[in-house]
Amino acid sequence: MTTPAVGIRGVTKRFGDVVAVDNIDLDITDGEFFSLLGPSGCGKTTTLRMIAGLEYPTEGSITIHGEEMGLRPPNKRPVNTVFQSYALFPHMTVAGNVAFGLQMQKISEDETNRRVGEAIDLVRLSGMENRRPGMLSGGQQQRVALARALVNRPEVLLLDEPLGALDLKLRQAMQLELKEIQREVGITFVYVTHDQEEALTMSDRIAVMNDGQLLQVAPSEEIYERPNTRFVAEFIGETNLITGTVSEPGVVKLEDGSLVRARTHSAAGTAVTLNLRPEKIDLHNTEETIPEHFNKLSGTISRRLYFGDSLFYEVNFGHTIVDAREENRPGRQRFEEGAPIVAAFHPDSAQALTE
Amino acid sequence: MTAKADGPVTAELEARAEKAESRRGLFLALPSYIYLLFLFALPLVIIGVYSFASRSRTGMPKLEAWNLDSITKLFTDDLVRSIFARSLIVAVLTTTFCLLVGYPFAYYIATRSEKMRNLLLVFVMIPFWTNFLVRTYAWRVLLGEDGLITELGRFLNLWDSMLFTLPAVYIGLIYGFLPFMVLPLYAAIERLDWSLIEAARDLYASGWEAFRKVTLPLTKQGIIAGSILVFIPSLGAYVTPDILGGAKTTLIGNYVVNQFLTARNWPLGSSVSMAIMVVMLIATIWYFRSGAKTL
Repeated sequence: MTTPAVGIRGVTKRFGDVVAVDNIDLDITDGEFFSLLGPSGCGKTTTLRMIAGLEYPTEGSITIHGEEMGLRPPNKRPVNTVFQSYALFPHMTVAGNVAFGLQMQKISEDETNRRVGEAIDLVRLSGMENRRPGMLSGGQQQRVALARALVNRPEVLLLDEPLGALDLKLRQAMQLELKEIQREVGITFVYVTHDQEEALTMSDRIAVMNDGQLLQVAPSEEIYERPNTRFVAEFIGETNLITGTVSEPGVVKLEDGSLVRARTHSAAGTAVTLNLRPEKIDLHNTEETIPEHFNKLSGTISRRLYFGDSLFYEVNFGHTIVDAREENRPGRQRFEEGAPIVAAFHPDSAQALTE
Repeated sequence: MTAKADGPVTAELEARAEKAESRRGLFLALPSYIYLLFLFALPLVIIGVYSFASRSRTGMPKLEAWNLDSITKLFTDDLVRSIFARSLIVAVLTTTFCLLVGYPFAYYIATRSEKMRNLLLVFVMIPFWTNFLVRTYAWRVLLGEDGLITELGRFLNLWDSMLFTLPAVYIGLIYGFLPFMVLPLYAAIERLDWSLIEAARDLYASGWEAFRKVTLPLTKQGIIAGSILVFIPSLGAYVTPDILGGAKTTLIGNYVVNQFLTARNWPLGSSVSMAIMVVMLIATIWYFRSGAKTL
C-alpha cells in the first residue's frame, strides 16, 4: 500500500475532562476528496485542527505523506486550511490575502505575483484583486479563502465547513465548483461538514464521526446504501428503523409476526433493526402488481405530504409507522389518506443492523 | 404626542412623529450642552481673548490695548521654548514607554480566561479608587531620602534618591497614565478575531510575523486611542511634575499655573495654554493620519 496523504494513528484529544477525539485511526489516500461528517461536537473539527497543527493531540501520531508531525507548529506543516468563517485578513486586499502565504515563505516577488494571478483566475475572481474582503459577498469571500490556501500548493487542503455560511443555492453551486477545482489541482481535500447531502455529493470517501469516534469510513455510496450502525443510517439521509428478530438466515421477523427477507448475516434469534429508506418502498393497491421476490406488507396511509418533487406517505402497519417516498412523476398513482395499500421493497433494500 | 395614535398614517404624520423623536433626543442632551457651553466653551473663549490682552503696571490684565506680545513671546522667549520642548519630549517618551509596557500587558490580560481577565482588569482600575494626589504623594515617600526605592537603588549601587529630578517625573507620569493605555489596548485586543492569527500561522507565518502582520495592524485603533489618552494629559501634566519634579524640571503645565498665580501674567499664561492645545490638536491629527497609513 502506498503512503497515505494523512495517517492518523491512535489519536486522542482531551480538553480537560472532555474527550473530543477518542483514539481514532484513519488513512486518507493521496488525491482523494475525503469528508469528516458528523453532528456538531463530534470531534470532526478538532481532528482537522490537529492535522493543521492548530491543536496538538493528547496522544497518538499524525503523519503527512509518512512524515511525523508531532508538535510541529502550523507554519511548518505542508497543509493549508480554509476556515469556517474564512478568516480573511480585513486589512488586506484580495491579492494581499492570497499572496500572504507565499510572502511568508519568502517566495520571489515575480513568482508570487504569477501564482497569485493564477489562483485568483482559478477561483474566478479576476478584477477583484484590489478589493477588501469586507466589500465582497459571502461566496466571493469563500473563494478568496480557497485561493489563499491553494496558492501555496499544499500537500493536503483542509476545509472546515467552508460552505456553512452560504445560502442553499450558492452552496450547491460552490459544491460543484469545489469538486471541480479539486479534480483540477489534484490535491488531497479533507472536508469537514455536518451536512450529509454535501458530504455525499462531493466526497470520494466519508468518515462518519460521533462522540469523538469514527463509526464508519467508506465511499459515499456505501455509507448511504450500507450504513453499519443505526446512528450512521439515521444521520445520513432519511430512513425508517424497524425493530425485529432474525428468525432464520436472511429472514427477519417483525413485531407483529410478519416475516420479511432482508440483508443480514446474524444468527437466528439476534435482535436487529431494519434500515429501510423511504424511497426504496413502492406503494401498490393490491399484491398482484408486485414482483414475486419482493417483500410485501399491508397497511394504511395515515398521512400524505406534498413535497413538490415527491410525495411523502406515512404508512401505518399497526406495529410501526413507516415513511415512504414516491417521486412525483406523470402516471404515478396517488394514494388518499386512509387508503389501504401494500408496501413492497426488495430484500436488498432492507438491511439488518445490530448496533 | 403630535399625532393621533390610532387611524391610518400619512407621510405628513410620519414626518411629524420623526421630528418629535429627534426633539426628544435634543432634550436628553440639553444638560450636557449647557454644561459644556458654560464650563468648557466659554472659558476657552475667555482664555483666547486674554491671549491678546495687555497688563496694567501692577500686573492686572486689561481688556484693552490688544496686542500680539504674548503670542510672539512663545516663539522668541528661550525659557518658554525650552520648557515647551522639554514637555513635548516628556509627553512623547511617556507615551512610548506606556505603549511598550502596556501592549504586552493588555495582550496578556486579553488572552486569559474570562474570570482571570475580569480580575486583572479590576487590578488595573483599583488605583483609581484612591485620589491621584494622594497616590502621587505616596511616590514622594517611595522616592524620597529614606524611601523604599531609594534604599533599593543604594543597595544595588545603581541610583540615589530620584525625588525632584526628571526620572521621578517620568515614573510618576507613567504610573499615573499606564491604565489609560492598557484599557483601550485591552478592548482592541480582546475584540480581535483569533481565527485570523490561526490563519496567519497556517499560512506559514511565525508567531512574530503573525503578530506584526495581523495582530498589530488590527489593534491599531487601540494603539491610537491609548496613545492619545496618555499623550494629552502628559503634555498638560501639572500635579505630577509639581510634586515629584524640581525647579529644573518645570513642565509647561506648571509654567502656565505660575503665569496665572505667581507671575500675574494672564496674557502669557493664556497664550501658552492656547499653544498647548494647538500642539495637542496637531499631534493628534498627525498621529491619526500616519497611524491609518503606516500601521
